[in-house]
Amino acid sequence: MSALISFDGLGELLGLPFVQNAFLAAALLGLVAGALAPLIVARGMGFAVHGTAELAFTGGAAALLAGISVSVGAVVGAVIAGLVFGLLGLRQRERDSVIGVVLAFGLGLGVLLLALYDGRASNKFGLLTGSIVSVDSGNIAVLVGVTIVVLAVLAVIYRPLLFASADPDVAVARGVPVRALSPLFAVLVALTTALAVPIVGAILVLSVTIIPGAAAARVTASPLKATLLAVAIAEVSLLGGTLLSLAPGLPISGYVATLAFVAYLLCRVVGRSRGRVRTA
Amino acid sequence: MTPAVSLRGAGVRFGQRVLWEGLDLDVRPGEFLAVLGPNGSGKTTLLRVLLGLQPLAGGEVLIDGHPAQRGGGGIGYVPQQKALPEDMPLRAADLVGLGLDGHRWGLGLGGRAERRRRVAAALEAVGATRYADEPVGRLSGGEQQRLRVAQALVGDPRVLLCDEPLLSLDLANQRVVSALIDARRRTADTAVVFVTHEINPILPLVDRVLYLVDGRFRIGTPDEVMTSATLSELYRTDVEVLRVRDRLVVVGVEEQHAHHEALT
Repeated sequence: MSALISFDGLGELLGLPFVQNAFLAAALLGLVAGALAPLIVARGMGFAVHGTAELAFTGGAAALLAGISVSVGAVVGAVIAGLVFGLLGLRQRERDSVIGVVLAFGLGLGVLLLALYDGRASNKFGLLTGSIVSVDSGNIAVLVGVTIVVLAVLAVIYRPLLFASADPDVAVARGVPVRALSPLFAVLVALTTALAVPIVGAILVLSVTIIPGAAAARVTASPLKATLLAVAIAEVSLLGGTLLSLAPGLPISGYVATLAFVAYLLCRVVGRSRGRVRTA
Repeated sequence: MTPAVSLRGAGVRFGQRVLWEGLDLDVRPGEFLAVLGPNGSGKTTLLRVLLGLQPLAGGEVLIDGHPAQRGGGGIGYVPQQKALPEDMPLRAADLVGLGLDGHRWGLGLGGRAERRRRVAAALEAVGATRYADEPVGRLSGGEQQRLRVAQALVGDPRVLLCDEPLLSLDLANQRVVSALIDARRRTADTAVVFVTHEINPILPLVDRVLYLVDGRFRIGTPDEVMTSATLSELYRTDVEVLRVRDRLVVVGVEEQHAHHEALT
């Protein structure tokens, strides 16, 4: 247990520039992931997000092999996947099978690309499980830029997107471009996913893009409160996970996922007790 | 008086196939028009035309004197009841509010007080004040459909388009929802265009019927259109219309299972 929870030398660690970068990156990711999470949940996009993350992994692996920036590769892979999934339309069953097919292929291809790569092993492993060391100041600049773009676009399309998610037929009737919003939102999700992959790893992107939204939905149905709560949960998980992972020197993904999961359980308990009051 | 809806020589075709053409129709403010016909006869397409989502192959369509256009306003739309997911992050009042400004870009931070007042009034009008703050996903089908009526009416439309809004509701809720729609057109002079495969639940409310079959159509009062002679001519086969107490029974037409044609 002492290997998992440790604060030895935390003081010195916190003074290191790369550690500070990691906290900044975690904070930025928490902001965008938390803001998108309730909409991802409302639109039933959990599996699509997972598929997008695996394609970000494939893109990252390809970039590693090609010797170009892993972030760029991850963004390209995720955006292509996001567009494909976003254009699939809204029929759940069909969408799920296509995502499954693309995901499996992308993951297999990524593993192959990694096997061909003969550089540092931590680079390989980092894509799947995340690593804070991967965040340098260049990445921070990209993170800040993407965060601003994603939040700005989200602010503009928020109401029509919520409308389209809740009642696509009525939204179309009122002139909302429902079909165009779907790939646009998928791209926002893809950008966020691509940011998340180097930090929490492709396997655990769902821990910051789904869990906060699913947890918040248990407690409140107010769109504003759900968004604020999801951001709070994402921030606590990511910043807390980063802090806890420092001294043991382990990947942050396990800590982030655990904290988010605990938050989800708490929200379920709170939601259930409120539900009882309501139906009484 | 400007008709709420006006179609002049209107026609729709998909490729070579003519859905219907030469449709002349004026719907007065406050009038209740039922649109009937078998699946594929173009009932939902007519709604799409009125919403400006489907261009006409010929003729013109005016809403309150202005050409119909996508997102043009002045129109409320009530869809078929479809259950909302339980984890949808929306309260009843939020769903109604989307009818007011859900189509607008941006966060809409101004005019919150006025918005709240209008949403509260719309909720009150359909008797949904009690569950205004409940998550929509936890409400019953009937409660959700009342909210959709409120959502359609909150913007004070001149025309209310209804696409099978009573489908999958039980009888009591069918009465409640149709009574709400009827009350609205009587008090606010809103014209109602009501697409349905089943006229009986709304028969007492209907002023006129537009009956579409295979590109042929007939417009008139229920007594004029819902006769054995007229429907036999439309369907080109022997159709008998019987009146059983206050219900109409149409015999000789294949049982039409309403299947929902989505707008999208």
